[in-house]
Amino acid sequence: MAAATIAVPDFSLSPRVDQVGIEERAARFTKRSIKKETKINGLLLTLNMIDLTTLEGKDSEGKVKQMCYKAKHLLDIYPGLPTVAAVCVYPSMVKTAKKAVEGSGVKVASVATGFPSGQAPHKVKIADTKFAVAQGADEVDMVISRGKFLEGEYNFVFDEIASIKEACGDTRLKVILETGELVTFDKVRKASDIAMYAGADFIKTSTGKVTPAATMPVTLVMLEAIRDFYYKTGKMIGMKPAGGISKSKLALHYLVMLNEILGEEWMNNKWFRFGASSLANDVLMQLMKEKTGVYQGRDYFSLD
Amino acid sequence: MARNNTLKLKFDSARKYAPAPESRSAAKIKDQYELFINGKFEKPLGKKYFDTINPATEEKLSRIAEANEADVDKAVKAARSAFGVWSKMVPKERGKYIFRIARMVQERARELAIVETLDGGKPIRESRDFDIPVVGNHFFYYAGWADKLEYAFPNRNVQPLGVAGQIIPWNFPLLMAAWKIAPALATGNTVVLKPAETTPLTALLLAEIIQEADLPPGVVNIITGAGATGAAIVNHPDINKIAFTGSTDVGKIIQRAIAGTGKKATLELGGKAANIIFDDAPIDQAVEGVINGIFFNQGHVCCAGSRLYVQESVYKEVVRKLKDRLETLIVGDPMDKNTDIGAINSKQQLDQINKYLKIGVKEGAEMYQSSVDLPKKGFFCRPTIFTNVAQSNRISQEEIFGPVLTIQTFRTDDEVIEKANNTPYGLSAGVWTDKGSKIFNMTIKLRAGVVWANTFNQFDPTSPFGGYKESGYGREGGLHGLGAYVTLSNVV
Repeated sequence: MAAATIAVPDFSLSPRVDQVGIEERAARFTKRSIKKETKINGLLLTLNMIDLTTLEGKDSEGKVKQMCYKAKHLLDIYPGLPTVAAVCVYPSMVKTAKKAVEGSGVKVASVATGFPSGQAPHKVKIADTKFAVAQGADEVDMVISRGKFLEGEYNFVFDEIASIKEACGDTRLKVILETGELVTFDKVRKASDIAMYAGADFIKTSTGKVTPAATMPVTLVMLEAIRDFYYKTGKMIGMKPAGGISKSKLALHYLVMLNEILGEEWMNNKWFRFGASSLANDVLMQLMKEKTGVYQGRDYFSLD
Repeated sequence: MARNNTLKLKFDSARKYAPAPESRSAAKIKDQYELFINGKFEKPLGKKYFDTINPATEEKLSRIAEANEADVDKAVKAARSAFGVWSKMVPKERGKYIFRIARMVQERARELAIVETLDGGKPIRESRDFDIPVVGNHFFYYAGWADKLEYAFPNRNVQPLGVAGQIIPWNFPLLMAAWKIAPALATGNTVVLKPAETTPLTALLLAEIIQEADLPPGVVNIITGAGATGAAIVNHPDINKIAFTGSTDVGKIIQRAIAGTGKKATLELGGKAANIIFDDAPIDQAVEGVINGIFFNQGHVCCAGSRLYVQESVYKEVVRKLKDRLETLIVGDPMDKNTDIGAINSKQQLDQINKYLKIGVKEGAEMYQSSVDLPKKGFFCRPTIFTNVAQSNRISQEEIFGPVLTIQTFRTDDEVIEKANNTPYGLSAGVWTDKGSKIFNMTIKLRAGVVWANTFNQFDPTSPFGGYKESGYGREGGLHGLGAYVTLSNVV
């Protein structure tokens, strides 16, 4: 089914979100008490959903290679651990990363379209995307033009996403809304709708460069948008909260929320990712605690 | 590709969390409890006891003393003699005692929450996060008023009424005790309180707290028993005020009994609240509000939003989302921290709910229940919604007091106002819309004591609560709550 056969709605009519209500609902998920086998399964699933990320000006091939090794070997003394879902890098590092994770099943995601600001000419954004794809990226994480969105130029934002999707071809496209710059839940909801109807395979909260990054209420707004889109079109869309999730307990709260909003079909790394760099080690620490009964110091877990 | 209407999200895993039970051993329940009269625990003169059980397991928790007329008389006499001391005490000192009770409730919060859940069947999440914290807040709030009554009623001479007889229900046992006792004490009255016979334990723990707080003997007396004990309180000649929360039927009996006696009364009775969703509402939050409005405390809430009115243009979407949400509600062991809906309070109440489910089906309404498995023992009911309901159906007119929601549609604002007001009750209502002006239009025209906008079941000690019509009269909470326990005269 092509996106073209889905009727595009009037985005000015996107559902409204009540701030107090959404925050209360998000807080309710944190009341679930996750114990024993549910906790261990949740922690293993969390590891398997992580997009291990390095997006810095000082990224080098050496840094990327080391991170890729970690992606494949999270903690070798713990048998049976999954790998992370993907490594997430700049386009210039895709080739290096691709080679480093070869054969492991770990995917390579590349940010593109003038990440993180998105303030680049259209041609450059297309070229940036095509370069990442040509280098072998399995997934592209684009940013929307927040300035245009806030100006009310929704058609511009829609067309831009659609053209990037076209440039991606079969490569899965994650659309970063940068919710910290959209500020209100109403705008997050509207941007989610635009991104999904324009062809996003995933919607993602943040670049990690703006505070606040992912929060539970913002993620909940996006999950509810995904649910409504699914009901209208039958098409599943993935979700990726990114930035600010560094503790296992918080990751488990997110999984509870996913489980109770979208259900079990979304509970895998095809449809849900955590964009995080420090989360993996906290999860590993908790898993070792469950196994041995005692916490180990941070230095027992490799940095990257 | 599946078509829209057949698409279904799968939530089988959403109810399968590993057990996370609260520890029962954190609370001690004695084998037997006596009557708390004049600062001491005393055996009942009739030597009779009754059992209180855990509705989730049907196991006996404890033996409770049954107060007869002579016990009631003893309690009222104790309260009367304490009234002299308490009403003349420097108000600031009175406040200190109430502050002390508030702090002790907070210190023993975990224990109180566990006992509330064991005795009443409500989920531990609610007794821990709602009931007990609000109990503490209530005592704190009214403690603050004790020495400020002349500011509450400026230029008036404020006098307490005397001895208050207070009879409370089983749905929020300790919270209702706090609602009754705190304002009575702050204004200088003394109290004889009777908790419901199915949920006496937390009130008796409160008696222990009051004893430990060293309140002058007789200021608060807590006596246990069933309807006959309550009748003895209502009919006792030396009682100045009756405060009752419970069913409309009993409320009417009380009103008849005290007619012509000069006793004052506040009655907080039944309800059949309308919850109204307009098509411009934030639908997902409205759906969540409806869920909390009717399934909070198994629907044993007098202000529960039991009648849902949905504007026709969003009806299908709302019903689909309600059904989705119903599937993720965990029904079961109230002591498990993940339980959303606990046990129905008693066999009698479960029978009552089941009777209405049958009536609903017979009336032609469409019943939908979640697919959750219920525990084999104990009193449980699946969360239930009825669609295809008419205003003339009994299930949409009579108070069911259980996890049962009826859904009707409407087209215009005027129509829904008329339908919402078309009930003998008038305790609460809810309005869901993104438009501020519509909220104000509705709140003016809905005849209900509390109207919530884009939220439901919010309670605060500073906010008055009470009903219209058969939902009772008088207000509890806030400044208004003080007014129910004082006589005012002009300062000369």
